[in-house]
Amino acid sequence: MSTAMIQVQNLTKDYGERRAVDGISFTIHEGEIVGFLGPNGAGKTTTLRILTCYMPATSGTATVGGFDVFTQSLQVRRIIGYLPENVPLYQQMRVNEYLSFRGKLHGLDAAARAAAVRRVTETCWLGEFIGRPIHQLSKGMRQRVGLADALLHDPKVLILDEPTIGLDPTQIRETRLLIRELARRHTVLLSSHILPEVEATCQRTLIIAGGRIVASGSPEELKERIRGGSRLIAEIAGPGSEVTQAVQGVAGVRSVEASSSDGWNRLKIETTRGQDPREAIFRLAAQRNWLLREMRLESGSLEEFFVQITAQQAERNRGDGPAGTRPILPQVEGQEAPR
Amino acid sequence: MIRNVVPLTERELSASFLSPIAYIVATVFVVASGHFFLAETLVPGRESSLRALFDSMAALLVFALPLLTMRVLSEEFAAGTIETLMTAPVTDVEVIVSKFLGVLLFYAALLATTLLHVGLLGYFGGLDTGALLLGYLGMFLLGSMFIAVGVFASALTRYQLLAALIGMGALSLLTFVADQLGRWRGGAWRTVLGALNVLGRFEEFTKGFFDTGAIVYFLSGTAFFLFLAVKVLESRRWR
Repeated sequence: MSTAMIQVQNLTKDYGERRAVDGISFTIHEGEIVGFLGPNGAGKTTTLRILTCYMPATSGTATVGGFDVFTQSLQVRRIIGYLPENVPLYQQMRVNEYLSFRGKLHGLDAAARAAAVRRVTETCWLGEFIGRPIHQLSKGMRQRVGLADALLHDPKVLILDEPTIGLDPTQIRETRLLIRELARRHTVLLSSHILPEVEATCQRTLIIAGGRIVASGSPEELKERIRGGSRLIAEIAGPGSEVTQAVQGVAGVRSVEASSSDGWNRLKIETTRGQDPREAIFRLAAQRNWLLREMRLESGSLEEFFVQITAQQAERNRGDGPAGTRPILPQVEGQEAPR
Repeated sequence: MIRNVVPLTERELSASFLSPIAYIVATVFVVASGHFFLAETLVPGRESSLRALFDSMAALLVFALPLLTMRVLSEEFAAGTIETLMTAPVTDVEVIVSKFLGVLLFYAALLATTLLHVGLLGYFGGLDTGALLLGYLGMFLLGSMFIAVGVFASALTRYQLLAALIGMGALSLLTFVADQLGRWRGGAWRTVLGALNVLGRFEEFTKGFFDTGAIVYFLSGTAFFLFLAVKVLESRRWR
């Protein structure tokens, strides 16, 4: 496995009485694109602000590129490009002035600055409005200026807080493409509260809710883990109760939910994890001489999973009982369970 | 360590030139200095110096300079740009020093407009170059300490108006209030208040005394308030 680019251990942040981030730990390796997914107020922005040295953690440690975010803050800030959530920019400046100013802060000399501005103008499609004052730009354009600023000094690590918010559908698609392209040369950590966003862009997802990481893995892995297995849809013609009972008896079937119309039974079959009873069901139907007109495997959508676990987390936070101390799902990559 | 001061100061200065309030302050400054000059100096029989002008302008600066400095940090807090600024590789000291220098340069440009009056003085009367230079030095040092107080006030809040009021309040305490109380009280009080009274120190310059103590006083006052501003900026991270 390649080297760790971002390492977070037991990070906690309190705002007065309220605990925004609650002992999270994770590791991001060089070249990965990782999505930080969670409902609003889950602690995403707080975590990103700690990683970008904007605010210190209450406890725990975080390193970026091997530098500690608290004690080696300047070194960290040199290697990150950060796009904050609502893209704060100096309204009175023109786009090229702004980028040039930011280039100076990153220590680029005149020639390097001109080259960098040219490069990000191209990658972030700034061409038409490079000379316009920022206050005249639409939300989507300002988003691109923010992204250009984050990319200007060719940072090792890109930290993007809700990068496609406020963009139109075409721009969203282009931005996702751009982010995936960037990941070849940069390590990317992006946050979102929109699922398809993360599903479309990231290799790995960290789901955060109530300040804790409640699940992590690739979108496929996460989907797989929904309800422990997957769901089959089958339509079989035959006497309703008999069909249901027989299918229930097939190895690998956990439960069956049936509805019938015109003599066809539409079965929703929950399967045991790691088992595929499709062949057995086909044989059963053939043996009993039942007609089978549809059978498909439906892996649950990430959306469903997301709603499910964030709802559970909210439940736990309300109850605040002993259940809250247990992670909802087994963590991958040897992560510590949230406290 | 101070590599970023130049680009940051450039941005600060250009922001000053793009802010409407700076133009209002500049207008008031130019009109007021012209008025004081015509009413108190360019009168037959008056001494040929800018002393009266400088003494009147010093009082005006108590209200004018906080209006120039109120923007510097409060605006960054309110607009959120403080986040992009502080996540760039810049230090808190660089940020505060640049905010200070940006306004100081703008103030120096305003001060330069009074060179017109110097020209008129030279035309109609004689010029005491030494006293004149001391007067300008005094105005510059006074301005820099006032700006440092204003930058500190702006670091305290995201509301520009509040920053201006805090700045004016603090400067009034150091000038008018200390002066008035000093007149009423005697003994040790008078000594302490006299030491605090910024305008008293300033008048040493316009009277034409070269007082190294006063120079040290203004420089250390400036450094002290800039130091406080750095500490306030640092402490925001913990909130």
